Amino acid sequence: MSKFQPLSDYQQSLVDGYQLLPFRFTALDDREYVLTNQAGEFIVMERSTLEALVRHRLPATNQFYDDLKSKHFIIDHDSSVAMDLLPLKVRTKLGRLADFTGLHLFVVSLRCEHSCPYCQVSRQSDNKLAFDMSVETAEKALVLVFRSPSRGIKIEFQGGEPLLNFSLIRYIVERAEAWNLAERRDLQFVIATNLAVITDEILEFCRDHDILISTSLDGPADLHNANRPRPGNDSYERAIAGISRVRDAVGRDRVSALMTTTKLSLGRVREIIDEYVKQGFRGIFLRLMSPYGFAVKTKWFKAYDVDEWLEFYFAGLNYILELNRSGNSFTEFYAATILAKMLTPFEPGFVDLRSPAGVGIAAIVYNYDGDVYASDESRMLAEMGDKTFRIGNVHRDRYEDIMTSDALLGPIEESFAASVPMCSDCAFEPFCGADPVFHHATQGDVVGRKPISAFCTRNMAIFRRLITLMRDDDEVRRIFVRWANSR
Amino acid sequence: MIMLSTRGLESRNLSGSPARMVMRVSEQHDRPKGLRAREAFLITDSNLPEGFGLYMAFAKDAASLGGLPSQAKTIILPDELVYLADGDVMRLWPKNNAIRVLYRRNSFHNHFLLTERCNHYCLMCSQPPKNIDDGWIADDVLAAIPLIDPSAQEIGFTGGEPTLLGDDFFRILRAMKSYLPRTAVHILSNGRLFSSPEFAKRYADIRHFDAMIGIPLYSDVSTIHDYVVQSDGAFDETIRGILNLKHYGQKVEIRVVVHRQTYARLPPLAEFLARNLTFVDHIALMGLEITGFTRANLESLWIDPVNYQQELYRAVSFLADSRMNVSIYNHQLCVLDERLWPFARKSISDWKNEYMPECLGCREKENCGGFFASAKIRYSDHIGPSPSSESRKGTPASFSI
Repeated sequence: MSKFQPLSDYQQSLVDGYQLLPFRFTALDDREYVLTNQAGEFIVMERSTLEALVRHRLPATNQFYDDLKSKHFIIDHDSSVAMDLLPLKVRTKLGRLADFTGLHLFVVSLRCEHSCPYCQVSRQSDNKLAFDMSVETAEKALVLVFRSPSRGIKIEFQGGEPLLNFSLIRYIVERAEAWNLAERRDLQFVIATNLAVITDEILEFCRDHDILISTSLDGPADLHNANRPRPGNDSYERAIAGISRVRDAVGRDRVSALMTTTKLSLGRVREIIDEYVKQGFRGIFLRLMSPYGFAVKTKWFKAYDVDEWLEFYFAGLNYILELNRSGNSFTEFYAATILAKMLTPFEPGFVDLRSPAGVGIAAIVYNYDGDVYASDESRMLAEMGDKTFRIGNVHRDRYEDIMTSDALLGPIEESFAASVPMCSDCAFEPFCGADPVFHHATQGDVVGRKPISAFCTRNMAIFRRLITLMRDDDEVRRIFVRWANSR
Repeated sequence: MIMLSTRGLESRNLSGSPARMVMRVSEQHDRPKGLRAREAFLITDSNLPEGFGLYMAFAKDAASLGGLPSQAKTIILPDELVYLADGDVMRLWPKNNAIRVLYRRNSFHNHFLLTERCNHYCLMCSQPPKNIDDGWIADDVLAAIPLIDPSAQEIGFTGGEPTLLGDDFFRILRAMKSYLPRTAVHILSNGRLFSSPEFAKRYADIRHFDAMIGIPLYSDVSTIHDYVVQSDGAFDETIRGILNLKHYGQKVEIRVVVHRQTYARLPPLAEFLARNLTFVDHIALMGLEITGFTRANLESLWIDPVNYQQELYRAVSFLADSRMNVSIYNHQLCVLDERLWPFARKSISDWKNEYMPECLGCREKENCGGFFASAKIRYSDHIGPSPSSESRKGTPASFSI
């Protein structure tokens, strides 16, 4: 036995203490603190342990010492390989930036046959073709699409109701596919539609070109139809029939649905989730309303505040966890996006929750009139008369000028969370994002003051809740790991 | 258990032979004459083709040897080698009248030990290292490779630490690629030499179509890994070796032996792997083999597998949920949490695989990897025929977290 050395022989260098690697911390609840590193790894401990840690008084025998070392919060004299691994992890998290713009939204028509009071895009209800995109504009926009260096290109048709200008969708899809024979990008198409006016001809086209359908489903029939009025008051019936027709014609998973929370949704989150389960969806994105378009004019946006929405969201999250506990796999997609940041080495690249902001460099909008906007919300703001985030025009501006315009680079740089007041110190920054358009719209400033920011309040509350849930329940942790890796 | 080597055999005319002869076994009477001089003919009847370099017979057929020309080299085989068959490759050690079977064509478990030297001294080493000049082994392997059936699925290389061979390590891999272009290669290495980017690049430059390096990592914490392998600085070099291999696009498997010194940190190790080495190709969590140094250190290594099921489940489920490719090796199904059964592989090489008396009548035996032959020294107190799922509830291996 004497030829084997004891463990203590390999721990001798630990008496020389440790150095702190970059990390931030914040109170998680009145009991514990959460520490996060730049790669989004986190660890929860009591304040006294944290104090000992930062004062270099944490003994190597402490139960947290090895965890802190393994997750690269500290480095000691026994091992220096953290200096290889931590940068690799940070690079991996930022890797998507190099992909540049992958999501290209075409607003092919601002017309819509619905008259939703919460409409955030300010649809036009008459038949004025002035609100349709022209072939010439689409052609110029496609030139810009293929200037993006991104290997993956997703073209999303937006409205209004884009199917009201289906002939242009057909034109763009066929032109893009022809173009792609030489470009060889990973090319995908999505139509964001309420499905009310879908036809067999459109379905066949979607099938033949493998087009994804993204639709709206706000909940049970009465809620959905109250939120989404249309002639005949049959939005729900048409959406449900449409979903089933898409599944039959195109494929089981080729249709997804989004809900928007309105004042009418509050208190009904279980019914909304049940509706998604009933319709055979594998998850739901519990989405709040944004401060744009008619939602502001009709005061539907102000009909609930962030705290009321959080109550709604957490009730929904609890219910979804109940479903999972009893063996029904069902995902809340916003939580899944955040959990991917927390529990995987990858950055999910969700355009609304990333820093630097996704405006322009992750997603870009070609409006019906040829104007180019930094994001979907940017063009919503423009319909309200504020063209701050108009970064060019497909007919007048070159790709280089658009992508280097001050209207784009200014907001991206100024709102970069890692250098923004309060965000730069925030332990949740690795999980969070920058939303310059929201803060401009609500505070007149792309950075905004975080203590009064609903974006900040909402996300901080969700980060805390997700971490607390995982800390307190191993089964939830396992469900969350699955969600984090589900995309 | 299958015996692979034997010595002190009864032989004729072996004096004057080379010190070692690597030969292919033949049972073909019509073998082309040009090949016969380098092959060993296995006699099964009185029909004796001429010109083979060696004639072998089991005792029951030994009388047939009398029909050979008087100068023919002959050897009488013990019955334990009854599995020997056409296409196998063996080494004859004339001075000791010894034979070692190097390759069995009908087995999926063919490994070559490349050296007994090692830069680790692991607490549970199954093949205790020797600091000797054994460079001759590489020569034998190089001689054996061209004799192996080109349809062989996989050949393993073990040690000692195979990379310590240096030039010969690369020579052997190039020979594998040249002579056995459709055969996968699996190498057991501690990965430390690959911490040199040049060494890793040299390996990658061979451009083998399917070579995997299995690298042990026993903890996410440097002190514990270094203690288990008894070498300060090992953790850092092994991690850097893995990073370099993956940088060059090479396949890497992580191997974790679970024992008293490693089980507690299995869950954090799983997180470490998913977070830092997410690009590795396979992770194997392995039960202890009670041989070599493990016997000397048994009291500090042994833990009944039933007592680490919670840690094992947490680690495996985290890795699987993180979409990593994870397997459990060397564990009997009756000691595993049933949720882990889908990850259990029949991993023990056929020649050292056994079952215990308790396994008698077990309906899962066909699906179970069983034991290392050495397990008779120590195995779980909870081995027994798999009961029905109903009655399993409440047994030590079943719990909820």
